Amino acid sequence: MNNPYFDLLMWARGPGFDIALTILIGGLLLRVVEIVVLSRKKDLAKPKGSPVLQGLKTIFTRSVPRKGLIKEAPVTYIGGYIFHIGFAIAFLFLGAHIALIDDLIGIQWPEANKALIETAAALAVVALIALAWTRITNPVRRALTTFDDWLVWLLSILPLVTGYIAVNRIFGDGTLMMAIHMLSAEALMVAFPFTKLMHAVTFAMARYYNGSIQGRKGAES
Amino acid sequence: MTATLERGLNALREQIDAPVASFFTSCVSCGLCAEACIFYKETGDPELTPIHKLDLMRRVWSNEYTLFGRAKSMLGMGHKITEGDLTKWERLVYDSCTMCGRCTLVCPVGNDIAMMIRKMREGMSSSGHAPAELVGAAERHSDYGSPMGKLHTMLAAKIKAAEKETGIPIEMDKAGVDYLVLLSAQEIVEYSDVLPALARIFKKAGVTWTISNEGFEATNVGVQIGNRDIARNLVSMVVGAAEKLGVKGIISPECGHAYQALRWEGPNLIGRSYDFEVVHIIELLDRLAAQGKLKTKGKDHTRLTFHDPCQINRRGGINKEPRRLLDMVADNFIETEDAGTMNWCCGGGGGVGANDRAADLRFKAFNRKKRQFEGVGAEKVVTMCAYCHHTLDEQLELHNMDSIETQGLTEMIGEYLDDEA
Ligand code: SF4
Ligand code: SF4
Repeated sequence: MNNPYFDLLMWARGPGFDIALTILIGGLLLRVVEIVVLSRKKDLAKPKGSPVLQGLKTIFTRSVPRKGLIKEAPVTYIGGYIFHIGFAIAFLFLGAHIALIDDLIGIQWPEANKALIETAAALAVVALIALAWTRITNPVRRALTTFDDWLVWLLSILPLVTGYIAVNRIFGDGTLMMAIHMLSAEALMVAFPFTKLMHAVTFAMARYYNGSIQGRKGAES
Repeated sequence: MTATLERGLNALREQIDAPVASFFTSCVSCGLCAEACIFYKETGDPELTPIHKLDLMRRVWSNEYTLFGRAKSMLGMGHKITEGDLTKWERLVYDSCTMCGRCTLVCPVGNDIAMMIRKMREGMSSSGHAPAELVGAAERHSDYGSPMGKLHTMLAAKIKAAEKETGIPIEMDKAGVDYLVLLSAQEIVEYSDVLPALARIFKKAGVTWTISNEGFEATNVGVQIGNRDIARNLVSMVVGAAEKLGVKGIISPECGHAYQALRWEGPNLIGRSYDFEVVHIIELLDRLAAQGKLKTKGKDHTRLTFHDPCQINRRGGINKEPRRLLDMVADNFIETEDAGTMNWCCGGGGGVGANDRAADLRFKAFNRKKRQFEGVGAEKVVTMCAYCHHTLDEQLELHNMDSIETQGLTEMIGEYLDDEA
């Protein structure tokens, strides 16, 4: 007998994925254009440093925390790093993901071994839980947190957890679990342009502007 | 909606550009900006989280400049701004922010929060929510040439005294000299030792200079209130004076926001680049020293430390210059923790010092400096902003630490100037 969840998986792999990808790309373009069209006035002050170079540089250098800041908010910093790196490893170096990307745009790279990917995914999940904990307990983070933040949290943790369950057949039907994993990733893709997930793209713009404003004045960024 | 609220919202709309949109889009509500802010750190009040201070501007952006937000607004779901919100945010935008820019350097996604506070103040002031003291200062500056009122007579007297003390003539309104020297009201009224120091240093270095009766005041309360029209008028007075006298440059005095206003905002306020240079006095002294035109003799042996003015170092890029100068004249100079680019604000900048309502916040914020000064056992604090200097004096006294001496760096260089060399 056919697996009853087979059709669902096929939908998630086919039309479901296409719809999600279209919304992701269309939405991203829209959001970026929405920002860029606002433009900014030409700065007439004679530059002392180099705004463009420092802007570009800041896109990278801002990934490193300022001296002494980690101890002020250790969970936010360390949890943040672990989550981002863990998520990136699990997303970019799993064989099946690489095959999918190869299918889409025709580029591929070597996959990582299973133990590394699973450790990365597990650490990313732990980091997300720790970050959620400080969102509740730290008064500053609690006050800043909105529905959007929780939604983004959920959308980030689901693909990690469902992927882990599906790959290791921890419980439930394998086909169903894989379908759920794909659907959770598609939910993330669809929500991406309309939530704070956007920071994963616009951080580069924000850091560039920050660096260029400071750089014009010959100040650090 | 009242007319003032509408005016405020319009002013906010005008301030929203691509950088602002990219900043709001990128914020992940991590709260790290709070860890950088002296007002949050010294009060522990989560309301004072830097990005939260901008929430009204964020709402305007979200409701009107994003597709999703516009759709929500059309369905009546956007979070609207009320007159009451503006009143509530006065404390956040004016009383508890010196636009020191520490948050700007800490935010992991790169949001320039201090720059957005400056922008948000445009909306606040347009809707009549700027602190009364600052509005009064703006009126005095526009009407009488200085935020402290008409200082022409006092300035003339101080110049006469400086001439008498140094034996060096100081000619007002002299065309064709190298530099037009500007002063901050604080320097004219409270720290006038700077005048004889400048006269002696420039005479030795062969720099010609003058002071203009039409524009001697460097400060610009317009950039503190957040009112471009006022800011433009005040900058124009000085630019007009400089152009009339045909000077090669303007010297921005020891004043933090004046440096921002003159050099970085000024051309944008008046809509054209300058034909003359704007140089900060400490930058110029450092340059003269490098050229061998500034020589000192003797050293101050006091255990002293340096307070970096936010607008001159972190937001102005003048970091090594004062240290090189200090090393020339001090042999017991010790840095506090976080000195330099990430120095903690004195708590008086950005108009906070003139704002009576902020007195308590200012006092609390200074606890950070207090601990830092105590930490290095400072007997003296040197700085390069007359308003920081004023705040240091005020707060050291309030914190029962007035045994610590304070001095402006220009005056200190003047004190050790080698008149014979
Ligand atoms: S540090 Fe930056 S990203 Fe984090 S809450 Fe503040 S503004 Fe937002
Ligand atoms: S500019 Fe300074 S005072 Fe203002 S919010 Fe940022 S850190 Fe706080």
